[in-house]
Amino acid sequence: MIFEPFFLRALLAGLGLAAVAAPLGCFVVWQRLAYFGETVAQAGLIGVALGLALHMDVTWGVMAVALLVAALLLWFGRQKMVGLDSILGLLHHAALAAGVIATSMLQGPPVDLAGFLFGDVFAVTSTDVIVIFGGGALVLAAVAWMWQPLLRLAVHEELAEAEGVDREKIRTVFIVLLAVAIAVAMKIVGILLVMAFLVVPAVAARPLSRDPERMVLLTALIAAGSVVAGLWLSATVDSPGGPSIVIVMSIIAGLSLSWAARGRPAARPIKD
Amino acid sequence: MPHSEGAPAAAPVPCGHGSGRACTHSHATAASAPFDANALISARGLGITRGGRDQLIDVSLDIAPREIVTLIGPNGAGKSTLVRVLLGLEKPDRGRIQRRADLRIGYVPQRFDSDAVIPMTVERFLSLGMDGDRARIARMLEQVDASSVRHQQIGELSGGELQRVVLARALLREPNLLVLDEPAQGVDYSGEADLYNLIGRLRDESGFGVLLVSHDLHVVMARSDRVICLNHHVCCSGIPETVAQHPSYARLFGPQAAHAFAVYRHHHDHSHDLAGMPHPSGPSDDAEQGKP
Repeated sequence: MIFEPFFLRALLAGLGLAAVAAPLGCFVVWQRLAYFGETVAQAGLIGVALGLALHMDVTWGVMAVALLVAALLLWFGRQKMVGLDSILGLLHHAALAAGVIATSMLQGPPVDLAGFLFGDVFAVTSTDVIVIFGGGALVLAAVAWMWQPLLRLAVHEELAEAEGVDREKIRTVFIVLLAVAIAVAMKIVGILLVMAFLVVPAVAARPLSRDPERMVLLTALIAAGSVVAGLWLSATVDSPGGPSIVIVMSIIAGLSLSWAARGRPAARPIKD
Repeated sequence: MPHSEGAPAAAPVPCGHGSGRACTHSHATAASAPFDANALISARGLGITRGGRDQLIDVSLDIAPREIVTLIGPNGAGKSTLVRVLLGLEKPDRGRIQRRADLRIGYVPQRFDSDAVIPMTVERFLSLGMDGDRARIARMLEQVDASSVRHQQIGELSGGELQRVVLARALLREPNLLVLDEPAQGVDYSGEADLYNLIGRLRDESGFGVLLVSHDLHVVMARSDRVICLNHHVCCSGIPETVAQHPSYARLFGPQAAHAFAVYRHHHDHSHDLAGMPHPSGPSDDAEQGKP
């Protein structure tokens, strides 16, 4: 089975995704954007309905909706009455509700919602693999181009801005990249697991890293290893592909965090 | 409840103390006054209103080269807001700022998240966006007395260590204006005095101007050339000894704070409500106040 074309395509797509998600995932963890990404990913369901209704590849619909939600988040974030976490909650639920309504109103054969929620890594086509590698190369090039300002913002936003880093521009580009990556990754691991792919390998790598570049490298290696192990698991015990990958990386992350937490007091020491 | 919305925000708060050297600010640097061409940075008539409350009211100031200016005022007086506006992090609702063409700011922010999630050594942090010359970094860390943390993770530093490292970063940028927002937070008392002495010494050597934010005049006294006392508007400004004797200072910081300094006599020309907003009150006899 592991030499079947569909299996090789799944392997290639997963490895490509592991490489693209690594730097983005590290910044998501460094800048505490996990819930932000979660909301954007959740909104992808509307994009799925949009794509199906317009008879387009759902990837484009997801990308458009992800960008719209990101723009709304930035816009709502300008007011100071309600915190960003609450705005995320609002959009998160609105997106899910709108997505379910939209898919239910589509005409034609019933939509395989579970397929979009959990993805089917073994249904990846050759075109998908090309899109992942092409789009992934573009995303990686963009991240490399703004690596220094991104790092400076991740260390201390205000300091970076005072030193002349264009915070608005860098943040906007980063969010666009994130939306693109989510739209592409969704097809493979599904909406619910897409953020796992962005967050979990980076979480696993953090306690084992002492500088940012090595953390990105380690994140990519952990993700790639999880893809190989997860697909092997899937082929062996016939478990679903995407969740199998995620469960492998989650176990690695759990072990890594346990290692970091050993011998530490229960409450975080207050540094001052 | 008194609310500032009724008052025209742009209207200057009458200070009354138009003459006398204690209050050099009020009329010489009004919103319409020309910029000081020699100053590193000049502000005229800055105003910021947030949520219907005036955070800054008609604030004007100049920082000259080599000058150490200390901004003091109680918590919530708008000190950090003023710094953010001067740094260009926030746009003022009113007023203008002029920066000298070659202005290069080194900034030490008030709070530096010390449990940074990003893995990074001190040395790497000090080369981010700069040339990263290791010998230079080592020399600078030695100057701020933080050589021992060079290879440590920034997330593992104590507050005082972090403060010194951020100061080193600001200095590595070779600024002509150093801006420090409450740099002594998380530093013990003797560490605080050391810090100010260090800043003063570096100023003497490198010749940059310094804008220092503090909520306590005592410690910064010795090293400040000029003190600006801020409570949404500029209450008073001048050399430290003069400001210490000014009634605004006593009112903001309590009689004990002024006790250490010379006796003064004075009637207040304005009061502050619970939100710290200035209101004119009573007849003013401040004309006397500047006299020896």
